[in-house]
Amino acid sequence: MSEASKHGPLPFAITLDVGSSLANKTGSWRTEVPAYVDRLPPCNDACPAGENIQQWLHHAEEAGYEAAWRQIMADNPFPAIMGRVCYRPCETACNRATLDEAVGINSVERFLGDEAIKQGWTVPVEAEPTGKQVLVVGAGPSGLAVAYHLTLLGHQVTVRDSCPEAGGMMRYGIPAYRLPRDVVDAEVQRIVDLGVRLELGTTVTDLEVALSSFDAVFLAVGAHVGRRADIPAGDSAHILDAVSVLAGLEEGEQPLLGRRVAVYGGGNTALDVARTARRLGATDAVVVYRRTRDRMPAHDLEVKEALEEGIRMRWLSTIAYAGAGQIKIEKMKLDETGFPQPTGEFEELAADSVVLALGQLSDLTLVENLEDVTIADGVVQVGKDLMTGHPGLFAGGDMVPSDRTVTVAIGHGKKAARSIDAWLRGTADERAARHELATYDRLNTWYYADAPATVRPRLDLARRITTFDEVTGGLDASTALFEARRCLSCGNCLECDNCFSVCPDNAVIKLGQGRYEIDLDFCKGCGLCAAECPSGAIEMFPERL
Amino acid sequence: MTQQRVRFYQIGSYAAGNRLLDPDQGSVQADAQRTNSLNSGHRACQGCGEALGARYALDAVMRATGNQMVAVNATGCLEVFSTPYPETAWQVPWLHSLFGNAPAVATGVAAALKAKGRTGVRVVGQGGDGGTVDIGLACLSGMFERNDDVLYICYDNGGYMNTGVQRSGATPHAAATTTTPAVGPEPGNNFGQGKSLPLIAMAHRIPYVATATVADLRDLEYKAKRAMEFRGARYLHVLVPCPLGWRTASNQTIQIARLATETGIFPVFEAEDGEVVGVSKIRRRRPVSDYLEPQGRYAHLFGAAPREDVIARIQAEADRNVRSFGLVDPRCRSMEG
Ligand SMILES: Cc1cc2nc3c(=O)[nH]c(=O)nc-3n(C[C@H](O)[C@H](O)[C@H](O)COP(=O)(O)OP(=O)(O)OC[C@H]3O[C@@H](n4cnc5c(N)ncnc54)[C@H](O)[C@@H]3O)c2cc1C
Ligand SMILES: Cc1ncc(C[n+]2csc(CCOP(=O)(O)OP(=O)(O)O)c2C)c(N)n1
Ligand code: SF4
Ligand code: SF4
Ligand code: SF4
Ligand SMILES: [Mg+2]
Repeated sequence: MSEASKHGPLPFAITLDVGSSLANKTGSWRTEVPAYVDRLPPCNDACPAGENIQQWLHHAEEAGYEAAWRQIMADNPFPAIMGRVCYRPCETACNRATLDEAVGINSVERFLGDEAIKQGWTVPVEAEPTGKQVLVVGAGPSGLAVAYHLTLLGHQVTVRDSCPEAGGMMRYGIPAYRLPRDVVDAEVQRIVDLGVRLELGTTVTDLEVALSSFDAVFLAVGAHVGRRADIPAGDSAHILDAVSVLAGLEEGEQPLLGRRVAVYGGGNTALDVARTARRLGATDAVVVYRRTRDRMPAHDLEVKEALEEGIRMRWLSTIAYAGAGQIKIEKMKLDETGFPQPTGEFEELAADSVVLALGQLSDLTLVENLEDVTIADGVVQVGKDLMTGHPGLFAGGDMVPSDRTVTVAIGHGKKAARSIDAWLRGTADERAARHELATYDRLNTWYYADAPATVRPRLDLARRITTFDEVTGGLDASTALFEARRCLSCGNCLECDNCFSVCPDNAVIKLGQGRYEIDLDFCKGCGLCAAECPSGAIEMFPERL
Repeated sequence: MTQQRVRFYQIGSYAAGNRLLDPDQGSVQADAQRTNSLNSGHRACQGCGEALGARYALDAVMRATGNQMVAVNATGCLEVFSTPYPETAWQVPWLHSLFGNAPAVATGVAAALKAKGRTGVRVVGQGGDGGTVDIGLACLSGMFERNDDVLYICYDNGGYMNTGVQRSGATPHAAATTTTPAVGPEPGNNFGQGKSLPLIAMAHRIPYVATATVADLRDLEYKAKRAMEFRGARYLHVLVPCPLGWRTASNQTIQIARLATETGIFPVFEAEDGEVVGVSKIRRRRPVSDYLEPQGRYAHLFGAAPREDVIARIQAEADRNVRSFGLVDPRCRSMEG
């Protein structure tokens, strides 16, 4: 307990030298022990491209924009495109949404993507060339993503696409007012500059040949065939399909839509084509949809923007007949299962053209003759590794079963690149186990200051309906910084020093550089550090007794 | 104002430190070089609010005085758990005499330093609520009245915890202690007049009086520092939850203190020359039951036969605090949950 007396025969109470309490190892009292943990933030968990969002926000918070951008690029080569067209499942999952409003992850991503284009940042290829050749069919987001990742892994990639320009639906589908083409150009060119061979205007027709001349093949042909509907129509009815209208426009055609346009369908494509018609001079663009607004597959924000631009909506309606300058609409009502049923009530609607936006199908003629490739529900079946039944033939994006979004397609590209790399090297693609989710209830939100989300600027309405200028503006350096700093750093230490401060026993050691350590000699296991950690980065575990 | 401005740094100003701020904008506790006035190895219970509050306060005084400080301690947990012979957990000059005379001893130390011309060395007296509001009150009132150059800090855990959780003059109404058991029609501590030592101190019109809790580190540190800017008698009353006596989980110490302020049970303010000059506004107002229910010392108010009447009386006391100290910003969110 303490030193023996150095003095002579004195009274006990003054015979001992003063000792330090450090001799008393209170760690022995403990029944629970704290430990620093890393949990999976819900944003990261929700990102279809598997971005480490929290990590790049962490860099952005200290204005380390280039480091932040590089962190995105590790998973997704299209930050500027993502920051415009991603449907933001990360923000839907963001824990801050429960506190006040979700972190504007997407707007910061766009800022970083634009900054990279402005500054000309590029990614170096550091891997040794492997000498392996990979063919990618389709230069959409999925094909380009796989080409990017495989190139970084040292493989030689050739990308072939039927179209005169690369980008797939990012160029031939999504309208320019949502995704300016110079952004697509810049992010595609950056990939090509890594050494990807891009062969445009080249339709791949023979896979057998391709498979024998390349070490592996990745298919990403998308879904470009507009679904037709059997609408009784007069000879002079003018019926078009949405994807052709949008693609034609990109190729310089002026689609003859007329002044009154009826768009049939309730998805994002329907809204894109209606808003495009409005910009092309239609005075009356009407979306005809057989269910109600809340059942519309289109995203709410897109519906809102379309309404602002004067698009009219006919809910609970089907087109019963299309004639010249006129269509007949039948009113519907939802039955108890929510399915629309005809009512027998009809109405005339003036329309110079009808644009069908009823979804897209994949043209799978390319694989039809390959016996070991399975097609079901109009899409190619793949394994977890995105390989088809045919060895060395992989597929991703819109042509395989999944949500049809740019982000999912990019995620497939990353995943397929890993699988293809493993396949080419003859190794297994082993992924680390996922960390436990950093749920909201693990946070101590008291410590976060109230901070409302930053709103992105918008183009004025007059210019919106007369030009294809970009509708949504970006953040600037100060608003992007503010927005990044709204991140709660869910499940990962944010270096707030709370644990170091709140321990009544000084049992947390601050090592510096964002590192802390528990002093097990003195930690009594009270759990205060864990309870007062804002981000939920400390967990108590039962002590082995 | 006693509160920090909201800065748009991730977790704003509510945490101890922040990697995005200059180190000098962090709290004293966030500094790896802090004094650690009360060092590891002390024998306070797991999650002790008093041990925490004492380190917070004295480290801040050490920083404010350039390490020129002497502490005088009354008997109580803080003394007993820190200095079992021959060990000490104190890393500051520290003196102990008796349960009831710490203010007088502190006065003596200040007088001695003055006689030696060493007025640069500052004196802090400290003790528990029993030592302060009960047995030490005469000495303390004298110290105030003479305006002796001492900062006296009371660590209020609402009872004589060291001797086994007996009632003190600072035990809140309805709380069960070993001497106010939860029996009879009026279980727990009776509803007396109450005894607010901060208000008593203000009545002496001493230069500085403030309250604080272990839930708001920045505020506590600000007040310890502010107190050292004055000469004469100063008083700091710190609410320090006691997991043993309050029968709360050891990891709830800070949360309970936070609820004490967010319910209006414990008003946090500062006063100069007897006048209130700053009030910490409630951020997210809560009903008092949120504060009472997690505490075993109020268990008799809940359960199968809840004592809504008693809870309502406590709520009325909190409402009075809110009114008389202006604890709620009119723009603040209304009471939740
Ligand atoms: C109007 C519209 C708007 C959309 N808006 C959004 C949005 O805002 N956000 C979002 O996330 N998603 C949106 N999507 C969906 C998104 O565009 C697709 O999910 C995504 O582009 C699919 O990527 P992919 O790489 O699989 O295919 P695609 O982008 O379709 O690319 C396939 C490419 O393969 C080429 N190709 C096909 N067959 C061959 C062949 N035999 N030989 C050579 N080349 C071939 C095609 O020319 C095409 O370039 C939208 C879709 C449409 C139609
Ligand atoms: C004159 C005298 N009476 C009684 C005691 C016994 N005693 C020691 S500490 C204490 C209670 C201390 O209560 P408080 O001041 O509130 O401090 P806490 O232990 O709660 O921190 C008592 C009654 C004593 N030491 N001296
Ligand atoms: S607060 Fe930050 S870490 Fe948490 S979900 Fe949102 S963006 Fe991700
Ligand atoms: S606060 Fe300190 S004593 Fe309590 S569990 Fe954490 S490290 Fe251990
Ligand atoms: S309390 Fe703060 S410093 Fe400690 S682990 Fe949590 S976030 Fe990191
Ligand atoms: Mg006490």
